[in-house]
Amino acid sequence: MTGPQPSRRNFLRNSAVAAVGTASLAAVPNAFAAGTDSIRVGVIGCGGRGTGAAENICEAAGQDHNVTIHALGDVFEGQANLAADRLSKNSKVGEKFDVSPDRVFAGFDAYKDVIEACDLVILATPPGFRPLHIEAAVKAGKNIFTEKPVAVDGTGIRKVLAAAEEAKKKGLAIVAGTQRRHQTGYIESMEKIRSGEAIGDVITARVFWNQGNIWVRPRQPGMDDMAYQLHNWYHFLWLCGDHIVEQHVHNLDVARWAFGDMVPSSCVGMGGQQVNTDPGFGQSYDHFAVDYAFEDGRHVMSMCRQIDGCAKDVSEYIVGHKGTAHLMPGNYNLAGQRLRARGEVNPYVNEHINLLKSIAEGQPLNELERVAHSTLMAIMGRDSAYTGKELTWDEALNSPLDTFPTNLEWGPRPEIIVPKPGITNYA
Amino acid sequence: MIIPLSHGRTGFVAVACALLVLPASSSWGQDAQTPEEMKPYTETIPGTDISFEMVPIPGGTFMMGSPDDEADRSKHEGPQHPVTIAPFWMGKHEVTWDEYDEFAFSFDLRRKEREGVERDSQPEGEQQADAITRPTPPYADETFGLGREGQPVICITLHAAMEYCRWLSAKTGHTYRLPTEAEWEYAARAGTTTAYHFGDDPADLEEYDWFFENCEGPQPVGQLKPNPWGLYDMHGNVAEWVLDHYVEDLYSRRSQDTPTVRPVVVPDEFEYPYLARGGSWDFDAYDCRSASRHVSNPDWSVQDPQRPQSIWWHTDATFVGFRIVRAFEEQPELIDFKSPIIKGKGPKPDDAE
Repeated sequence: MTGPQPSRRNFLRNSAVAAVGTASLAAVPNAFAAGTDSIRVGVIGCGGRGTGAAENICEAAGQDHNVTIHALGDVFEGQANLAADRLSKNSKVGEKFDVSPDRVFAGFDAYKDVIEACDLVILATPPGFRPLHIEAAVKAGKNIFTEKPVAVDGTGIRKVLAAAEEAKKKGLAIVAGTQRRHQTGYIESMEKIRSGEAIGDVITARVFWNQGNIWVRPRQPGMDDMAYQLHNWYHFLWLCGDHIVEQHVHNLDVARWAFGDMVPSSCVGMGGQQVNTDPGFGQSYDHFAVDYAFEDGRHVMSMCRQIDGCAKDVSEYIVGHKGTAHLMPGNYNLAGQRLRARGEVNPYVNEHINLLKSIAEGQPLNELERVAHSTLMAIMGRDSAYTGKELTWDEALNSPLDTFPTNLEWGPRPEIIVPKPGITNYA
Repeated sequence: MIIPLSHGRTGFVAVACALLVLPASSSWGQDAQTPEEMKPYTETIPGTDISFEMVPIPGGTFMMGSPDDEADRSKHEGPQHPVTIAPFWMGKHEVTWDEYDEFAFSFDLRRKEREGVERDSQPEGEQQADAITRPTPPYADETFGLGREGQPVICITLHAAMEYCRWLSAKTGHTYRLPTEAEWEYAARAGTTTAYHFGDDPADLEEYDWFFENCEGPQPVGQLKPNPWGLYDMHGNVAEWVLDHYVEDLYSRRSQDTPTVRPVVVPDEFEYPYLARGGSWDFDAYDCRSASRHVSNPDWSVQDPQRPQSIWWHTDATFVGFRIVRAFEEQPELIDFKSPIIKGKGPKPDDAE
């Protein structure tokens, strides 16, 4: 770019897009498309994040991997076309854009066409669709970049865990959009925490995603219930899972990371829809607080809130017997020692660098089980808050709650009911 | 070297007199008919008890940029060239979250709703302010854990800063905007010609400003020493948006002899590159000099994973904020100027200058 940058903020991120080997490709299915030497990428879910992920994988590929954006799919035709237009003009995508008009798919079955046409799929729809799409992509033997979270209920998690097993057997590469796991500052901090060097033995973690209100999209003229819910997807349980699942999963995932990827044995959560009660907020709660218990006696305390005008904090405090580490993207404090991660690669790009590298080297990463467990931790906390019950991990995993529509079709949707602890009972 | 544009008493003499004879009055000095009558004043955002102070800056001519022999300078800070500036008022402090939240989180609109204010029967300015689009809600904590009360705004785009000014202007009836790059440097130097407004020795910086060596984040505004014209935090705390598009060889395109009068490269529809001036809590001392120029680019929004990215929030620019000015008499290209930046437009191509 133009002009010098302040030296403390070293933005030379591209240097970390290191050259990677191109040996031993045979081990990963669809490493290359039959008869060509490129990886054909399809995007399922063409909103802002799907479009962003498509750009990220192109930037990650750079000169080292032959990647093309090959097909796009979205429930809404206009959205798929808009993404095609934007990506075709995106300078980081450039000549990697290879979407012909007949590979822009719309409707509820668009995902099938994209999976069929591609070697690697980016799953970036609202989370509710994720189990269906993961299941189909694994069945078809395709590599996956999946956004988090990977489900919104226990039923979805069971599907995803089954797919994770099948993907392992097939040797598929799956990377999840829990980008902190691919962010240099987090990785370095966590190495120092896990080794005991930074804060001694990890005793507990306190994790937060307290922010102001998130967006609400009003119903547009002509939208039926299904179209409106997809449009305003953040506030409907079957699509989003509520903000504890959709965004707080990041912080819960960091807590599990600090705990050696253990899963909690039980939890007690509370929360409610206290301030944001307009119908546009659907059944979203505006706050949750959950205490998670682990088998070894340790606990994780978690809070998340989306209410304007309140204290904000999006970070993790990992508490050790010698001090506390306070972590947030770009700002890492280890018991008073500030860790300055210089030249951090954009973690949203690094996810794809690691994914492509693992494919190229024939050592496929498979993060699906890990992100499914972090997602279930969030779901478990939510369901405890919704119902008022203490829940065990097994109860959460085996929950009969299945929020996904029996028939995916346009038209009316059931009445929205805001859960009430002590009254709501999903079991 | 300060050459007043007008004769008679300078603003500073007038300021001193005003302070001697009159207790601070909230609106006194706002409606000066001549540059000599410009006084410091305090503006209160209508409907709130939130106020900010404005300081008169006399017109004059100065040498913009750094001399070839200044330590740690960058090439684009030169060549030094004469620039003439017309009188204006400048914010004594960087704009704080307290002020910005009224706009960004629509505290004003919500207060009116609570109080049952009939929107259509309000004064025209209030109606105009109400109609200005507010920032989209940030996904996460827009302060990134670096604090809020009394502290300067961070992580906002140039577009957001310009729209705040438009909102504030409608509310107050006084036209506020961002300083031009030339106005900013002129005010920061305050008549000095050294690397910093206090001299050339970076060792003295800690007395005047917050920078990498003496803090871990932005600090409440106005705690350390001001510059000779009474402006606080010019070399540190947060870097400050100025209006101008960045043009690398701009200074060499200007006359080295005849003063360029009120120069500005007005923003267009592109999102980058623009300029922030002054130092910040996250910069080394040499990046905090009066002539230092910080150029915006897409890396200021790395953690925004959406495409197109937000036109309001720079998720990774925890070091950038802004300060406002009010021209005594507006320059022609800035009359009724409003942000032309378009979401998703990206950086200006190199050949499109």
